[in-house]
Amino acid sequence: MHRTKVRVVEDALDANNTIAQANRADFDRHDVSVVNLMSAPGAGKTTLLERALDELDGVRVGVLEGDVAGSFDADRLSLLHLPVVQLNTDAGFGGECHLDANMVRTALPALPLAELDLLVIENVGNLVCPAEFRVGEDARIMVCSVTEGEDKPLKYPLMFRACELVLINKIDLVPHLDVDVDRLLANLDAVHPGVPHMLVSARTGEGVDAFRGWLTELPARAAAPA
Amino acid sequence: MHELALSSAIVNTAVKHARGRKVSVVSLRVGRLRQVVPDTLEFYFAFVARDSLCEGARLEQETVPARLHCGACGREWEIDLPAFVCATCGPADVTVISGEEFEVESIEIEEEAACTAPR
Repeated sequence: MHRTKVRVVEDALDANNTIAQANRADFDRHDVSVVNLMSAPGAGKTTLLERALDELDGVRVGVLEGDVAGSFDADRLSLLHLPVVQLNTDAGFGGECHLDANMVRTALPALPLAELDLLVIENVGNLVCPAEFRVGEDARIMVCSVTEGEDKPLKYPLMFRACELVLINKIDLVPHLDVDVDRLLANLDAVHPGVPHMLVSARTGEGVDAFRGWLTELPARAAAPA
Repeated sequence: MHELALSSAIVNTAVKHARGRKVSVVSLRVGRLRQVVPDTLEFYFAFVARDSLCEGARLEQETVPARLHCGACGREWEIDLPAFVCATCGPADVTVISGEEFEVESIEIEEEAACTAPR
């Protein structure tokens, strides 16, 4: 028995990225723009979607709901009469704390891609793992609520860097909190200079129009050459 | 906490390149910006490697420092804290040169000695 060194030099996430590209090719073939929505648990992803997707005029939207267990969020969103597919990560995936490209791939047959312009993938609530796994999306949106504290970008830079838009949610609560929103934004700018952000309240609807506008323009932006 | 998911990715990559042979060492290059805790990764790696060609393999981790470059003044520097801003020119032209790696650099495999004995 002897030992041989084999040079590999391969990104350990290559396998995931390859599947993400296959997903992306399927989305492109159907002209569907795809958003990967990520945040900590309880930041307000589902409530934001309830608000924003309800009045998204002229855009045919579907939702892929990622949760460890249960269909609570999918049940809420199906009230909007959108195609919603629930993906639970506990069955067969070992209770994964994030969605990866292959999990999304297994859900694709259940989605009416030919009838959609926009697919929102609501990731499992988690500020760490979802940042590592591309799923074939055009854009990644991160929701950070003011109740989480202004230090979060500095504590989870990987997540705050792995997105193209940051929504600062629950701003209706600012008067009741000690949170310093300017400091939160300064911290965000330190870890991800220039990333666009929007101040929103899913509860009152403040700022949600701007988010709707962003979603409506995404197909055009995704189609434009980089 | 993402170390568990990353361990599976490492084992899968190593097994693919091992082509059926037993792996004794997996060498990784991990950038500082990946926020990987080395001890945690080692713990999960040992766990995930069970019943695979990587079972019992040693995980060697080289940490790659996070280095930035400012296109405006040409300066290069290493960061310890997540601040992607040039002290002189601001954030506009700052790019990450290193620190985002998560690569399996090499593996060491165990092979039967080349067969010299007559069959």
